[in-house]
Amino acid sequence: MTTEDLSIDAVGARNTPATPEGPIQYVNELTTLNLGPTHPATHGIFQNILQMDGEKIVSGEQTIGYIHRAFEKIAERRPFYQITTLTDRMNYCSSPINNLGWMMTVEKLLGVKTPKRADYIRVIMMELARISDHLICNGILGVDTGAFTGFLYLFEERENIYEIYEEMCGARLTTNMGRIGGMERDLSAEAIRKIRKFLKDFPPVMKEFEKLFNRNRIFMDRVVDVGPITGERALNYGFTGPNLRAAGVDYDVRVMNPYSSYEDFEFEIPVGESGDTYDRFMVRNEEIWQSLRIIEQALDKLPEGPYYADAPDYYLPPKQEVYKNMEALIYHFKIVMGEIDAPVGEVYHAVEGGNGELGFYLISDGGRAPYRLHFRRPSFIYYQAFPEMCKGTTLSDAIVIMSSLNVIAGELDA
Amino acid sequence: MTNQEVAQELVRQFGDYVTDLDEPFGLLTLTTTREQIIPLLQYLKDHKTYKVSFLTDLTGVHYPDNAGQEFCVVYHVHSLVNNFRIRIKVFVSEADIHVPSATVLYASANWMERETFDFYGILFDGHPNLTRILNMEEMDYHPMRKQYPLEDGTREDKIDALFGR
Repeated sequence: MTTEDLSIDAVGARNTPATPEGPIQYVNELTTLNLGPTHPATHGIFQNILQMDGEKIVSGEQTIGYIHRAFEKIAERRPFYQITTLTDRMNYCSSPINNLGWMMTVEKLLGVKTPKRADYIRVIMMELARISDHLICNGILGVDTGAFTGFLYLFEERENIYEIYEEMCGARLTTNMGRIGGMERDLSAEAIRKIRKFLKDFPPVMKEFEKLFNRNRIFMDRVVDVGPITGERALNYGFTGPNLRAAGVDYDVRVMNPYSSYEDFEFEIPVGESGDTYDRFMVRNEEIWQSLRIIEQALDKLPEGPYYADAPDYYLPPKQEVYKNMEALIYHFKIVMGEIDAPVGEVYHAVEGGNGELGFYLISDGGRAPYRLHFRRPSFIYYQAFPEMCKGTTLSDAIVIMSSLNVIAGELDA
Repeated sequence: MTNQEVAQELVRQFGDYVTDLDEPFGLLTLTTTREQIIPLLQYLKDHKTYKVSFLTDLTGVHYPDNAGQEFCVVYHVHSLVNNFRIRIKVFVSEADIHVPSATVLYASANWMERETFDFYGILFDGHPNLTRILNMEEMDYHPMRKQYPLEDGTREDKIDALFGR
Protein backbone atom coordinates (compact mmCIF):
# COMPACT_ATOMS: atom_id res chain seq x y z
CA MET A 1 0.00 0.00 0.00
CA THR A 2 1.40 3.39 -0.94
CA THR A 3 0.36 6.82 0.16
CA GLU A 4 -1.50 7.32 -3.12
CA ASP A 5 -3.97 4.65 -2.07
CA LEU A 6 -5.07 6.74 0.86
CA SER A 7 -8.02 9.08 0.58
CA ILE A 8 -8.82 11.80 3.02
CA ASP A 9 -12.36 11.88 4.36
CA ALA A 10 -14.28 14.68 5.96
CA VAL A 11 -12.66 14.49 9.36
CA GLY A 12 -9.20 14.37 7.92
CA ALA A 13 -8.56 10.72 8.62
CA ARG A 14 -6.60 8.88 5.96
CA ASN A 15 -8.52 5.78 4.93
CA THR A 16 -7.98 3.05 2.41
CA PRO A 17 -10.73 3.02 -0.22
CA ALA A 18 -13.27 0.25 -0.19
CA THR A 19 -12.29 -2.57 -2.54
CA PRO A 20 -14.12 -5.74 -3.61
CA GLU A 21 -11.85 -7.63 -1.23
CA GLY A 22 -12.73 -5.74 1.88
CA PRO A 23 -14.33 -2.76 3.52
CA ILE A 24 -12.73 0.59 4.26
CA GLN A 25 -9.74 0.30 6.52
CA TYR A 26 -9.22 3.16 8.88
CA VAL A 27 -5.61 4.11 9.07
CA ASN A 28 -5.77 7.21 11.17
CA GLU A 29 -9.10 7.44 12.88
CA LEU A 30 -9.95 10.22 15.27
CA THR A 31 -11.20 9.15 18.64
CA THR A 32 -14.12 10.87 20.26
CA LEU A 33 -13.57 11.36 23.95
CA ASN A 34 -16.19 12.50 26.39
CA LEU A 35 -14.62 14.55 29.12
CA GLY A 36 -17.45 14.91 31.59
CA PRO A 37 -20.24 15.63 32.42
CA THR A 38 -19.22 13.94 35.65
CA HIS A 39 -15.49 13.78 35.50
CA PRO A 40 -13.39 14.53 38.58
CA ALA A 41 -11.22 16.91 36.58
CA THR A 42 -14.01 19.13 35.33
CA HIS A 43 -14.85 20.31 38.89
CA GLY A 44 -18.48 20.67 38.01
CA ILE A 45 -21.08 19.30 35.69
CA PHE A 46 -20.25 20.19 32.12
CA GLN A 47 -19.16 18.15 29.17
CA ASN A 48 -16.42 18.46 26.61
CA ILE A 49 -16.56 16.28 23.53
CA LEU A 50 -13.01 16.12 22.29
CA GLN A 51 -11.81 14.76 18.97
CA MET A 52 -8.48 13.15 19.65
CA ASP A 53 -5.78 12.15 17.23
CA GLY A 54 -3.90 9.80 19.49
CA GLU A 55 -2.80 11.96 22.39
CA LYS A 56 -3.45 15.28 20.66
CA ILE A 57 -6.70 17.20 20.75
CA VAL A 58 -7.89 18.10 17.26
CA SER A 59 -11.10 19.89 18.18
CA GLY A 60 -13.49 20.18 21.03
CA GLU A 61 -17.05 21.13 21.70
CA GLN A 62 -18.60 21.97 25.03
CA THR A 63 -22.03 20.99 26.20
CA ILE A 64 -23.23 23.04 29.12
CA GLY A 65 -26.49 23.60 30.93
CA TYR A 66 -26.49 20.55 33.16
CA ILE A 67 -27.24 22.62 36.22
CA HIS A 68 -29.22 25.37 34.54
CA ARG A 69 -31.76 26.56 37.11
CA ALA A 70 -33.42 29.39 35.18
CA PHE A 71 -32.39 32.07 37.67
CA GLU A 72 -33.26 34.87 35.28
CA LYS A 73 -36.78 33.55 34.89
CA ILE A 74 -37.26 32.92 38.60
CA ALA A 75 -36.00 36.42 39.36
CA GLU A 76 -38.84 37.93 37.35
CA ARG A 77 -41.27 36.89 40.06
CA ARG A 78 -39.30 37.55 43.18
CA PRO A 79 -38.87 40.66 45.28
CA PHE A 80 -35.31 41.95 45.42
CA TYR A 81 -34.36 40.36 48.72
CA GLN A 82 -35.31 36.92 47.51
CA ILE A 83 -33.03 37.26 44.50
CA THR A 84 -29.94 37.45 46.72
CA THR A 85 -30.27 33.75 47.42
CA LEU A 86 -30.18 33.07 43.68
CA THR A 87 -26.95 35.00 43.28
CA ASP A 88 -25.36 32.88 46.02
CA ARG A 89 -25.65 29.87 43.84
CA MET A 90 -23.90 31.29 40.81
CA ASN A 91 -20.26 31.50 41.75
CA TYR A 92 -20.52 29.48 44.93
CA CYS A 93 -16.80 29.81 45.60
CA SER A 94 -17.18 33.53 46.28
CA SER A 95 -20.83 34.06 47.16
CA PRO A 96 -20.38 37.36 49.07
CA ILE A 97 -19.19 39.11 45.91
CA ASN A 98 -22.32 38.00 44.09
CA ASN A 99 -24.59 38.98 46.99
CA LEU A 100 -23.08 42.37 47.52
CA GLY A 101 -22.86 43.04 43.79
CA TRP A 102 -26.57 42.45 43.58
CA MET A 103 -27.25 44.67 46.59
CA MET A 104 -25.24 47.46 45.00
CA THR A 105 -27.22 47.11 41.78
CA VAL A 106 -30.47 47.54 43.67
CA GLU A 107 -29.04 50.46 45.65
CA LYS A 108 -28.04 52.12 42.39
CA LEU A 109 -31.60 51.75 41.12
CA LEU A 110 -33.15 53.00 44.34
CA GLY A 111 -30.64 55.78 44.81
CA VAL A 112 -29.59 54.63 48.27
CA LYS A 113 -26.21 55.86 49.40
CA THR A 114 -24.45 53.48 51.75
CA PRO A 115 -22.39 54.83 54.64
CA LYS A 116 -18.62 54.44 54.60
CA ARG A 117 -18.56 51.85 57.32
CA ALA A 118 -20.87 49.59 55.33
CA ASP A 119 -18.67 50.05 52.27
CA TYR A 120 -15.55 49.09 54.19
CA ILE A 121 -17.15 46.02 55.73
CA ARG A 122 -18.28 45.03 52.25
CA VAL A 123 -14.80 45.48 50.88
CA ILE A 124 -13.40 43.25 53.62
CA MET A 125 -15.96 40.56 52.89
CA MET A 126 -15.53 40.76 49.14
CA GLU A 127 -11.76 40.54 49.36
CA LEU A 128 -12.00 37.56 51.69
CA ALA A 129 -14.28 35.97 49.12
CA ARG A 130 -11.78 36.72 46.38
CA ILE A 131 -9.03 35.07 48.40
CA SER A 132 -11.12 31.96 48.98
CA ASP A 133 -12.04 31.84 45.28
CA HIS A 134 -8.42 32.06 44.17
CA LEU A 135 -7.34 29.58 46.84
CA ILE A 136 -9.69 27.00 45.41
CA CYS A 137 -8.60 27.64 41.85
CA ASN A 138 -4.88 27.50 42.56
CA GLY A 139 -5.17 24.66 45.05
CA ILE A 140 -7.05 22.54 42.56
CA LEU A 141 -4.64 23.43 39.79
CA GLY A 142 -2.05 21.82 42.02
CA VAL A 143 -4.20 18.72 42.44
CA ASP A 144 -4.66 18.46 38.68
CA THR A 145 -0.92 18.55 38.16
CA GLY A 146 -0.44 15.89 40.79
CA ALA A 147 0.37 17.87 43.92
CA PHE A 148 -2.21 17.34 46.61
CA THR A 149 -0.29 18.97 49.44
CA GLY A 150 -0.87 22.59 48.50
CA PHE A 151 -4.57 22.03 48.25
CA LEU A 152 -4.76 20.71 51.80
CA TYR A 153 -2.62 23.55 53.13
CA LEU A 154 -4.89 26.12 51.57
CA PHE A 155 -8.16 24.52 52.50
CA GLU A 156 -7.39 24.92 56.14
CA GLU A 157 -7.16 28.67 55.57
CA ARG A 158 -10.30 28.67 53.48
CA GLU A 159 -12.04 27.16 56.47
CA ASN A 160 -10.94 30.19 58.50
CA ILE A 161 -12.46 32.49 55.90
CA TYR A 162 -15.71 30.57 56.14
CA GLU A 163 -15.66 31.05 59.88
CA ILE A 164 -15.47 34.79 59.32
CA TYR A 165 -18.48 34.53 56.99
CA GLU A 166 -20.32 32.68 59.73
CA GLU A 167 -19.60 35.53 62.06
CA MET A 168 -20.98 38.01 59.54
CA CYS A 169 -24.08 36.21 58.30
CA GLY A 170 -24.40 32.82 59.95
CA ALA A 171 -23.83 30.84 56.78
CA ARG A 172 -20.75 29.43 55.16
CA LEU A 173 -21.25 28.66 51.49
CA THR A 174 -24.47 30.27 50.35
CA THR A 175 -24.02 33.35 52.43
CA ASN A 176 -26.95 35.65 51.55
CA MET A 177 -24.81 38.43 52.94
CA GLY A 178 -25.69 42.09 53.14
CA ARG A 179 -28.90 44.05 52.94
CA ILE A 180 -30.15 46.77 50.65
CA GLY A 181 -28.49 49.84 52.13
CA GLY A 182 -25.72 48.20 54.11
CA MET A 183 -24.91 45.06 56.01
CA GLU A 184 -27.12 42.84 58.06
CA ARG A 185 -24.90 43.19 61.13
CA ASP A 186 -21.89 45.13 62.20
CA LEU A 187 -18.41 43.68 62.38
CA SER A 188 -18.45 42.13 65.83
CA ALA A 189 -15.42 42.09 68.10
CA GLU A 190 -15.20 38.38 67.44
CA ALA A 191 -15.26 38.92 63.68
CA ILE A 192 -12.51 41.51 63.91
CA ARG A 193 -10.47 39.14 66.06
CA LYS A 194 -10.92 36.38 63.49
CA ILE A 195 -9.98 38.62 60.59
CA ARG A 196 -6.89 39.86 62.44
CA LYS A 197 -5.95 36.28 63.20
CA PHE A 198 -6.42 35.37 59.56
CA LEU A 199 -4.26 38.28 58.46
CA LYS A 200 -1.54 37.03 60.78
CA ASP A 201 -1.81 33.29 60.14
CA PHE A 202 -2.49 33.21 56.44
CA PRO A 203 0.64 34.85 54.94
CA PRO A 204 3.06 32.16 56.21
CA VAL A 205 0.83 29.45 54.75
CA MET A 206 0.59 31.30 51.45
CA LYS A 207 4.36 31.76 51.40
CA GLU A 208 4.78 28.06 51.98
CA PHE A 209 2.35 27.32 49.17
CA GLU A 210 4.22 29.61 46.82
CA LYS A 211 7.49 28.00 47.83
CA LEU A 212 6.04 24.63 46.95
CA PHE A 213 4.80 25.70 43.54
CA ASN A 214 6.20 28.86 42.04
CA ARG A 215 9.62 27.55 41.07
CA ASN A 216 8.83 23.88 41.29
CA ARG A 217 10.37 22.17 38.29
CA ILE A 218 7.66 19.54 37.88
CA PHE A 219 4.88 22.08 38.24
CA MET A 220 6.48 24.52 35.80
CA ASP A 221 6.96 21.79 33.22
CA ARG A 222 3.26 21.15 33.38
CA VAL A 223 2.01 24.72 33.18
CA VAL A 224 4.49 27.04 31.45
CA ASP A 225 3.40 27.73 27.87
CA VAL A 226 0.32 25.58 28.30
CA GLY A 227 -2.83 27.14 26.88
CA PRO A 228 -1.50 30.60 26.10
CA ILE A 229 -3.82 33.28 24.78
CA THR A 230 -2.91 36.72 23.49
CA GLY A 231 -4.43 39.80 25.05
CA GLU A 232 -6.18 40.68 21.80
CA ARG A 233 -7.74 37.25 21.45
CA ALA A 234 -8.73 37.23 25.11
CA LEU A 235 -10.52 40.56 24.70
CA ASN A 236 -12.29 39.29 21.62
CA TYR A 237 -13.46 36.30 23.61
CA GLY A 238 -14.76 38.54 26.37
CA PHE A 239 -12.23 37.50 28.98
CA THR A 240 -12.23 39.50 32.19
CA GLY A 241 -10.66 39.15 35.59
CA PRO A 242 -7.48 37.23 36.36
CA ASN A 243 -7.59 35.33 33.07
CA LEU A 244 -7.54 38.56 31.09
CA ARG A 245 -4.90 40.13 33.30
CA ALA A 246 -2.72 37.06 32.84
CA ALA A 247 -2.80 37.87 29.12
CA GLY A 248 -1.40 41.31 29.85
CA VAL A 249 -4.49 43.54 29.87
CA ASP A 250 -4.80 45.46 33.13
CA TYR A 251 -8.57 45.73 33.23
CA ASP A 252 -10.02 45.57 36.72
CA VAL A 253 -13.50 46.85 37.54
CA ARG A 254 -12.34 47.86 41.03
CA VAL A 255 -10.05 50.46 39.48
CA MET A 256 -11.92 51.37 36.31
CA ASN A 257 -15.34 51.85 37.89
CA PRO A 258 -14.73 51.90 41.63
CA TYR A 259 -17.69 50.78 43.69
CA SER A 260 -18.07 50.42 47.43
CA SER A 261 -15.26 52.92 48.14
CA TYR A 262 -12.54 50.91 46.43
CA GLU A 263 -10.95 54.21 45.47
CA ASP A 264 -9.91 54.65 49.12
CA PHE A 265 -7.50 51.76 49.06
CA GLU A 266 -4.07 51.32 47.68
CA PHE A 267 -3.44 48.15 45.78
CA GLU A 268 -1.81 46.93 42.62
CA ILE A 269 -3.22 45.09 39.65
CA PRO A 270 -0.92 42.22 38.78
CA VAL A 271 -0.65 41.43 35.10
CA GLY A 272 0.90 38.52 33.29
CA GLU A 273 2.55 38.37 29.93
CA SER A 274 1.82 35.33 27.82
CA GLY A 275 -1.59 34.40 29.19
CA ASP A 276 -0.57 30.80 29.78
CA THR A 277 -1.54 28.62 32.69
CA TYR A 278 1.48 29.64 34.71
CA ASP A 279 0.63 33.33 34.32
CA ARG A 280 -2.93 32.72 35.39
CA PHE A 281 -1.65 30.89 38.44
CA MET A 282 0.80 33.65 39.30
CA VAL A 283 -1.73 36.45 38.77
CA ARG A 284 -4.14 34.76 41.15
CA ASN A 285 -1.41 34.29 43.73
CA GLU A 286 -0.46 37.93 43.53
CA GLU A 287 -4.09 39.01 43.75
CA ILE A 288 -4.36 37.11 47.00
CA TRP A 289 -1.53 39.26 48.40
CA GLN A 290 -3.18 42.42 47.12
CA SER A 291 -6.49 41.39 48.67
CA LEU A 292 -4.74 40.93 51.99
CA ARG A 293 -3.37 44.45 51.64
CA ILE A 294 -6.85 45.82 51.01
CA ILE A 295 -8.33 43.98 53.98
CA GLU A 296 -5.61 45.29 56.25
CA GLN A 297 -6.15 48.87 55.10
CA ALA A 298 -9.92 48.57 55.42
CA LEU A 299 -9.64 47.18 58.91
CA ASP A 300 -7.19 49.85 60.01
CA LYS A 301 -9.21 52.70 58.54
CA LEU A 302 -12.62 51.27 59.44
CA PRO A 303 -14.76 54.38 59.99
CA GLU A 304 -17.11 54.74 62.89
CA GLY A 305 -20.78 55.26 62.28
CA PRO A 306 -23.78 53.30 61.10
CA TYR A 307 -23.33 50.17 59.05
CA TYR A 308 -26.53 50.68 57.09
CA ALA A 309 -28.16 53.55 55.25
CA ASP A 310 -31.20 55.35 56.48
CA ALA A 311 -33.56 53.69 54.01
CA PRO A 312 -36.39 52.22 56.07
CA ASP A 313 -38.36 51.27 52.98
CA TYR A 314 -35.69 48.79 51.93
CA TYR A 315 -33.45 48.00 54.88
CA LEU A 316 -34.88 45.28 57.09
CA PRO A 317 -35.27 46.63 60.64
CA PRO A 318 -33.43 44.85 63.47
CA LYS A 319 -35.34 41.84 64.70
CA GLN A 320 -35.63 42.99 68.31
CA GLU A 321 -37.20 46.22 67.09
CA VAL A 322 -39.76 44.26 65.09
CA TYR A 323 -41.03 42.66 68.28
CA LYS A 324 -41.41 45.91 70.18
CA ASN A 325 -41.88 48.70 67.70
CA MET A 326 -45.01 49.12 65.59
CA GLU A 327 -43.30 51.00 62.79
CA ALA A 328 -40.52 48.44 62.54
CA LEU A 329 -43.09 45.67 62.38
CA ILE A 330 -44.89 47.36 59.49
CA TYR A 331 -41.68 47.86 57.55
CA HIS A 332 -40.56 44.33 58.28
CA PHE A 333 -43.85 42.98 57.01
CA LYS A 334 -43.83 45.10 53.89
CA ILE A 335 -40.26 44.24 53.00
CA VAL A 336 -40.60 40.54 53.69
CA MET A 337 -43.83 40.26 51.75
CA GLY A 338 -42.27 42.22 48.92
CA GLU A 339 -44.84 44.97 49.00
CA ILE A 340 -42.46 47.78 48.24
CA ASP A 341 -42.41 48.89 44.66
CA ALA A 342 -39.16 49.85 43.04
CA PRO A 343 -38.79 52.91 40.82
CA VAL A 344 -38.89 52.48 37.05
CA GLY A 345 -35.43 52.28 35.61
CA GLU A 346 -32.74 50.42 33.84
CA VAL A 347 -29.40 49.86 35.45
CA TYR A 348 -26.21 47.97 34.75
CA HIS A 349 -23.80 47.48 37.57
CA ALA A 350 -20.59 45.50 37.46
CA VAL A 351 -18.33 44.26 40.21
CA GLU A 352 -15.03 42.47 40.00
CA GLY A 353 -15.98 38.91 40.80
CA GLY A 354 -13.60 36.05 41.44
CA ASN A 355 -13.51 35.29 37.72
CA GLY A 356 -13.99 38.70 36.22
CA GLU A 357 -16.59 41.31 35.55
CA LEU A 358 -19.79 40.14 37.17
CA GLY A 359 -22.54 42.32 35.77
CA PHE A 360 -26.16 42.75 36.73
CA TYR A 361 -28.48 44.22 34.13
CA LEU A 362 -31.73 45.09 35.85
CA ILE A 363 -34.83 46.50 34.19
CA SER A 364 -37.52 47.56 36.60
CA ASP A 365 -41.01 48.45 35.45
CA GLY A 366 -42.02 49.78 38.85
CA GLY A 367 -43.27 46.52 40.28
CA ARG A 368 -42.10 44.46 43.21
CA ALA A 369 -39.94 42.18 41.08
CA PRO A 370 -37.57 42.97 38.21
CA TYR A 371 -39.10 43.10 34.75
CA ARG A 372 -35.91 41.59 33.45
CA LEU A 373 -32.74 40.64 35.23
CA HIS A 374 -29.71 39.46 33.36
CA PHE A 375 -26.51 38.24 34.94
CA ARG A 376 -23.30 38.78 33.04
CA ARG A 377 -21.47 35.70 34.18
CA PRO A 378 -17.77 35.89 33.40
CA SER A 379 -17.10 32.16 33.16
CA PHE A 380 -20.01 31.65 30.78
CA ILE A 381 -18.44 34.11 28.40
CA TYR A 382 -14.81 33.11 28.53
CA TYR A 383 -15.36 29.37 28.59
CA GLN A 384 -16.12 29.60 24.85
CA ALA A 385 -12.43 29.98 24.23
CA PHE A 386 -11.58 26.59 25.71
CA PRO A 387 -11.51 24.55 22.44
CA GLU A 388 -9.25 27.11 20.82
CA MET A 389 -6.94 27.12 23.82
CA CYS A 390 -6.57 23.36 24.03
CA LYS A 391 -6.25 22.68 20.31
CA GLY A 392 -3.11 20.70 19.61
CA THR A 393 -2.35 20.03 23.24
CA THR A 394 -2.65 16.76 25.07
CA LEU A 395 -5.54 15.69 27.25
CA SER A 396 -3.57 16.21 30.44
CA ASP A 397 -2.81 19.78 29.35
CA ALA A 398 -6.45 20.41 28.53
CA ILE A 399 -7.38 19.50 32.08
CA VAL A 400 -4.79 21.89 33.46
CA ILE A 401 -6.04 24.68 31.16
CA MET A 402 -9.63 24.13 32.24
CA SER A 403 -8.61 24.12 35.85
CA SER A 404 -6.66 27.37 35.52
CA LEU A 405 -9.58 29.09 33.77
CA ASN A 406 -11.57 28.45 36.94
CA VAL A 407 -14.87 27.62 35.29
CA ILE A 408 -17.52 27.37 37.99
CA ALA A 409 -20.47 25.27 36.87
CA GLY A 410 -22.99 27.29 38.85
CA GLU A 411 -21.88 30.51 37.22
CA LEU A 412 -21.64 28.87 33.81
CA ASP A 413 -25.23 27.73 33.79
CA ALA A 414 -27.01 30.13 36.14
CA MET B 1 -15.06 61.64 26.13
CA THR B 2 -18.52 62.40 27.45
CA ASN B 3 -21.91 60.97 26.68
CA GLN B 4 -22.77 64.22 24.94
CA GLU B 5 -19.81 64.09 22.58
CA VAL B 6 -20.30 60.48 21.61
CA ALA B 7 -24.02 60.94 21.14
CA GLN B 8 -23.45 63.92 18.84
CA GLU B 9 -20.84 62.04 16.87
CA LEU B 10 -23.09 59.03 16.42
CA VAL B 11 -26.05 61.16 15.39
CA ARG B 12 -23.81 62.91 12.88
CA GLN B 13 -22.66 59.58 11.45
CA PHE B 14 -25.84 57.57 11.56
CA GLY B 15 -28.49 60.29 11.46
CA ASP B 16 -31.99 59.02 11.99
CA TYR B 17 -30.82 55.49 12.60
CA VAL B 18 -29.79 56.45 16.11
CA THR B 19 -32.79 57.27 18.24
CA ASP B 20 -34.01 57.41 21.83
CA LEU B 21 -30.79 58.78 23.22
CA ASP B 22 -30.81 58.72 26.98
CA GLU B 23 -28.43 58.31 29.87
CA PRO B 24 -30.05 56.41 32.73
CA PHE B 25 -27.62 56.27 35.66
CA GLY B 26 -24.95 57.88 33.50
CA LEU B 27 -24.81 55.14 30.88
CA LEU B 28 -25.32 56.34 27.33
CA THR B 29 -28.24 54.39 25.90
CA LEU B 30 -29.47 54.50 22.34
CA THR B 31 -31.63 52.55 19.95
CA THR B 32 -30.79 51.63 16.40
CA THR B 33 -32.20 49.41 13.69
CA ARG B 34 -31.10 45.91 12.94
CA GLU B 35 -29.71 46.99 9.57
CA GLN B 36 -27.44 49.48 11.29
CA ILE B 37 -26.37 47.53 14.37
CA ILE B 38 -23.33 45.80 12.87
CA PRO B 39 -22.11 48.97 11.07
CA LEU B 40 -22.61 50.86 14.32
CA LEU B 41 -20.65 48.34 16.38
CA GLN B 42 -18.00 48.26 13.67
CA TYR B 43 -17.80 52.06 13.63
CA LEU B 44 -17.39 52.22 17.39
CA LYS B 45 -14.80 49.48 17.33
CA ASP B 46 -12.72 51.04 14.55
CA HIS B 47 -13.02 54.63 15.75
CA LYS B 48 -9.60 56.18 16.25
CA THR B 49 -10.23 57.69 19.66
CA TYR B 50 -13.29 55.87 21.03
CA LYS B 51 -11.99 52.31 20.57
CA VAL B 52 -15.16 50.74 21.92
CA SER B 53 -13.86 47.25 21.30
CA PHE B 54 -15.11 45.09 24.14
CA LEU B 55 -18.51 43.42 24.06
CA THR B 56 -19.45 43.23 27.72
CA ASP B 57 -22.87 41.78 27.42
CA LEU B 58 -25.54 40.81 24.94
CA THR B 59 -29.00 39.83 25.99
CA GLY B 60 -32.66 39.96 25.06
CA VAL B 61 -35.80 41.44 26.57
CA HIS B 62 -39.41 40.65 25.76
CA TYR B 63 -42.05 43.40 25.71
CA PRO B 64 -45.25 41.61 24.66
CA ASP B 65 -47.33 44.79 24.79
CA ASN B 66 -45.02 46.72 22.52
CA ALA B 67 -46.79 45.86 19.25
CA GLY B 68 -44.44 45.55 16.31
CA GLN B 69 -41.39 45.77 18.56
CA GLU B 70 -41.91 42.86 20.88
CA PHE B 71 -38.29 41.83 21.26
CA CYS B 72 -35.26 43.81 22.15
CA VAL B 73 -31.61 42.83 21.89
CA VAL B 74 -29.41 44.80 24.25
CA TYR B 75 -25.68 45.22 23.64
CA HIS B 76 -23.39 46.60 26.29
CA VAL B 77 -20.10 47.65 24.77
CA HIS B 78 -17.13 49.07 26.59
CA SER B 79 -14.12 51.09 25.60
CA LEU B 80 -11.38 49.82 27.89
CA VAL B 81 -9.03 52.57 26.75
CA ASN B 82 -11.39 55.43 27.59
CA ASN B 83 -13.38 53.57 30.25
CA PHE B 84 -16.60 54.41 28.49
CA ARG B 85 -19.68 52.23 28.21
CA ILE B 86 -22.55 52.37 25.75
CA ARG B 87 -25.78 50.44 25.75
CA ILE B 88 -27.29 49.83 22.32
CA LYS B 89 -30.76 48.43 21.76
CA VAL B 90 -32.31 46.89 18.70
CA PHE B 91 -36.03 46.21 18.59
CA VAL B 92 -37.53 43.55 16.34
CA SER B 93 -41.05 42.29 15.88
CA GLU B 94 -42.22 38.81 16.71
CA ALA B 95 -43.30 38.19 13.12
CA ASP B 96 -39.85 38.96 11.72
CA ILE B 97 -37.52 38.03 14.53
CA HIS B 98 -34.14 38.34 12.83
CA VAL B 99 -31.06 40.23 13.95
CA PRO B 100 -27.64 40.03 12.28
CA SER B 101 -25.08 38.18 14.33
CA ALA B 102 -22.30 40.09 16.05
CA THR B 103 -19.99 37.08 15.86
CA VAL B 104 -18.33 38.71 12.84
CA LEU B 105 -16.94 41.32 15.24
CA TYR B 106 -16.73 39.58 18.58
CA ALA B 107 -16.03 35.91 19.24
CA SER B 108 -17.64 36.34 22.64
CA ALA B 109 -21.00 37.04 20.99
CA ASN B 110 -21.25 33.39 20.00
CA TRP B 111 -22.58 31.94 23.24
CA MET B 112 -24.36 35.08 24.32
CA GLU B 113 -26.39 34.97 21.11
CA ARG B 114 -27.04 31.28 21.55
CA GLU B 115 -28.30 32.01 25.05
CA THR B 116 -30.55 34.78 23.78
CA PHE B 117 -31.89 32.49 21.07
CA ASP B 118 -32.43 29.78 23.63
CA PHE B 119 -34.39 32.04 25.95
CA TYR B 120 -36.26 34.25 23.47
CA GLY B 121 -36.08 32.61 20.06
CA ILE B 122 -34.38 35.61 18.49
CA LEU B 123 -32.70 34.43 15.30
CA PHE B 124 -29.21 35.75 14.73
CA ASP B 125 -28.49 35.68 11.00
CA GLY B 126 -25.01 34.57 10.14
CA HIS B 127 -24.36 32.85 13.46
CA PRO B 128 -22.11 29.81 12.97
CA ASN B 129 -24.05 27.48 15.23
CA LEU B 130 -27.36 28.85 16.46
CA THR B 131 -28.56 26.03 18.71
CA ARG B 132 -29.81 25.90 22.27
CA ILE B 133 -27.14 26.19 24.89
CA LEU B 134 -28.58 26.00 28.39
CA ASN B 135 -31.87 24.21 27.80
CA MET B 136 -32.23 20.80 26.25
CA GLU B 137 -32.37 20.38 22.50
CA GLU B 138 -35.86 18.85 22.51
CA MET B 139 -37.49 21.89 24.04
CA ASP B 140 -40.02 23.42 21.62
CA TYR B 141 -40.54 26.84 23.18
CA HIS B 142 -38.46 29.75 24.40
CA PRO B 143 -38.95 29.91 28.14
CA MET B 144 -38.04 33.51 28.94
CA ARG B 145 -40.89 34.91 26.88
CA LYS B 146 -43.50 36.56 29.01
CA GLN B 147 -46.33 34.27 27.88
CA TYR B 148 -44.85 31.49 29.97
CA PRO B 149 -45.65 32.41 33.56
CA LEU B 150 -43.43 30.98 36.23
CA GLU B 151 -46.28 29.43 38.18
CA ASP B 152 -49.35 27.57 37.09
CA GLY B 153 -52.04 30.20 36.57
CA THR B 154 -54.88 27.78 37.22
CA ARG B 155 -53.93 27.20 40.85
CA GLU B 156 -56.37 29.00 43.08
CA ASP B 157 -54.54 28.52 46.34
CA LYS B 158 -51.75 30.69 45.02
CA ILE B 159 -53.87 33.73 44.20
CA ASP B 160 -52.99 36.36 46.71
CA ALA B 161 -55.64 39.01 46.24
CA LEU B 162 -54.88 40.47 49.64
CA PHE B 163 -51.56 41.84 48.49
CA GLY B 164 -52.60 42.84 45.01
CA ARG B 165 -50.36 40.50 43.12
